[in-house]
Amino acid sequence: MAATLVLERLGCHVQFPSAQTCCGQPMFNTGHHADAAVLARRWIDVFEGFDAIVTPSGSCAAMMKVHAPELLKDDAAYAARARVLAGKTYEFVEFLSRVLRVDLAAMGARHDSSATIHPACHLRELGLMDEPAKVLAQIQGIELRPLPSRDECCGFGGAFSVKHPAISGKMVQNKVANVASTRSDALVCSDAGCAMNIDGACRKRGVRQRIISAPELIAESLGLLEREPLL
Amino acid sequence: MNEGVLFPPLPHRIESRAPAAARDISLQQFVRHATVTKDAGRVDACRVAFGERYDDLRRHAGAIKSHTLDHLDAYLDRFEAAATRAGATVHWAADAASANRICLDIAKRINAKVCVKSKSMATEETRLLPELEAAGVKTIETDLGEFIVQLDGDAPSHIVTPVIHKNRASVARAFVRDLDARYTEDPGELTMIARAHMRKLFERADLGISGGNFLIAETGSLVICTNEGNADLTVSLPPVHIALVGIEKLIPAMEHLPIFLKLLARSATAQPLTIYTTIITGCVTGPARSAGQRSGADADGPRELHVILLDNGRSELLRAPTRELLRCIRCGACLNACPVYKAVGGGHAYGSVYSGPIGATITPHLKGLHNYPDLATASSLCGACFHACPVHIDLPSQLISLREQAAQRHISPAPERAVMKLWRWIMQSPTRYRIASGLARFVLSRLEDVDIPLPGPLGAWTSCRTTPRPGAIDFRAWWNERERTKDNDHRPASDRGRA
Repeated sequence: MAATLVLERLGCHVQFPSAQTCCGQPMFNTGHHADAAVLARRWIDVFEGFDAIVTPSGSCAAMMKVHAPELLKDDAAYAARARVLAGKTYEFVEFLSRVLRVDLAAMGARHDSSATIHPACHLRELGLMDEPAKVLAQIQGIELRPLPSRDECCGFGGAFSVKHPAISGKMVQNKVANVASTRSDALVCSDAGCAMNIDGACRKRGVRQRIISAPELIAESLGLLEREPLL
Repeated sequence: MNEGVLFPPLPHRIESRAPAAARDISLQQFVRHATVTKDAGRVDACRVAFGERYDDLRRHAGAIKSHTLDHLDAYLDRFEAAATRAGATVHWAADAASANRICLDIAKRINAKVCVKSKSMATEETRLLPELEAAGVKTIETDLGEFIVQLDGDAPSHIVTPVIHKNRASVARAFVRDLDARYTEDPGELTMIARAHMRKLFERADLGISGGNFLIAETGSLVICTNEGNADLTVSLPPVHIALVGIEKLIPAMEHLPIFLKLLARSATAQPLTIYTTIITGCVTGPARSAGQRSGADADGPRELHVILLDNGRSELLRAPTRELLRCIRCGACLNACPVYKAVGGGHAYGSVYSGPIGATITPHLKGLHNYPDLATASSLCGACFHACPVHIDLPSQLISLREQAAQRHISPAPERAVMKLWRWIMQSPTRYRIASGLARFVLSRLEDVDIPLPGPLGAWTSCRTTPRPGAIDFRAWWNERERTKDNDHRPASDRGRA
């Protein structure tokens, strides 16, 4: 919702094709590639008519930009289409900074609060680890606090989190400790999976931490969404 | 050495050791502190030295290795010829048993009593040390870390830093116990205690054994990189030296060495260069040396130099999809970068000589996927390893490819395969997707903050997290409502495709 509001504010005509479902990443990551290919092809059918495909979730972006072309490279009907679509699929923050080249400060974005950023690991794959901080730093009044071991995975990893709960649990425990040490009003998270994982671990451990996405923070700073009261 | 740690009964599951290691607070601290420091050091060292060109450099290094592996047969022949010309004896070992037999035959022939050994993952892999000991050859690990591991009857926990799982106090206790030393936790003093002990053995040793970091095909040279100088003593003091080296350690020519030296030291220990970088070409009795200035009374180094080229499953990895794994230069950077390696308290949980991301990818190939069924699944695919690798090995893709094989060979759990089929079926239809996500929202909203033991994957999830909270707003409902209002505004709905 926040992503829609921000993109519209930036002058984009936003469409949400209701036929969309899942990009197939869970199947791809667990090695069920035939199943993943079915959904990747479906994804192409649904999305290829658009100028740009923007997703607020880093892992979906990585799946479509990096892995779908690889997965479908021997598929005569889809290989080329997958490559074309990969080229116009963007992670939300990437789209703002590299395509729209936004200047949030000039738009009057303001958010008097502190935040720390967990860039999801899929941004590493896309070479975008520093991108959220670059964009969010344009918001007036925001204090971005460095997250210790910022680039370390939160331990989600889809099926990994339930197959190896002890390992995953230790990883998210480390992440929560690092996030809590920054004492930030909000943790900005670039992937829904990480957010769900870190949020669950925070609440399990009684750590009160607001976790939001970059679009939400930007939407609030532009007055497009009502600011949630701080915890 | 505690054999069961790195050579457990098979099949071995990382899950059999991970939970206990995750709960071990001091182990977690040692490993986390060491790896976080090393990883940060690597990032800094590479940034300072290579800047923006780092990525090009590691791709280039990877390409040199790939080229060598593409023509490995020719380069191995070239190495053998050049090394033999320089006076070394080259042996070929198809597996661990034949490598060890070659070493034992040499030890017997020269009637070796004391063997000094420098650090070598290849000898760990073939389990050479216990065989030498059984044959009556007293063998001393002279790498400080490996020495401590040996005293404690422990097993190395990291490719480069074998005692990453220990602290100073445990080293101090081992030295008091076994070396009659006074108790000290000062690293300098501890090092001097070990040095004094080792010197006596270096003087008596009649056999030296090492591994090798690189083999240079053009010149037949062996390259050893260390920080302690122990490898240089191992190579130069005893009259006979054996280097056990994996066939993947080849590079074509001397001109290719610098890039690897630059990358290896920075990736492993954040140094510009290892303290000792030794290139050994032949031996004193060989033509290359005796023709030069180092002859007669001046001659140093071993009288016999043996290089054993170890296969032990490596040629299997030469098949195209896994060939890139042989580019590995054993720098350990992927271990230091890996959050899973940290969470499982270092290498022992892997139950194999090679641990961390490189271990999780090569072990199932070398020792059977069915023998290590969950190494490849024990990763969030975060990609930190790929990012850290100085020879650009795509480790996450290798893990995914192992998962694919596990699914095809029905090594992965049957419920997982069923769930993936079900997921695909649901996601093929927007209606089924809508019903499933509505159901999920309903169930999760009822489960919110319920803290009871749940079955299966939900139980695994809630062991360290609360159940996921559904979003406050159902996006699709919000979107549809908005579209409906727009339609009432008579806005054109036909501009699909315009951004």
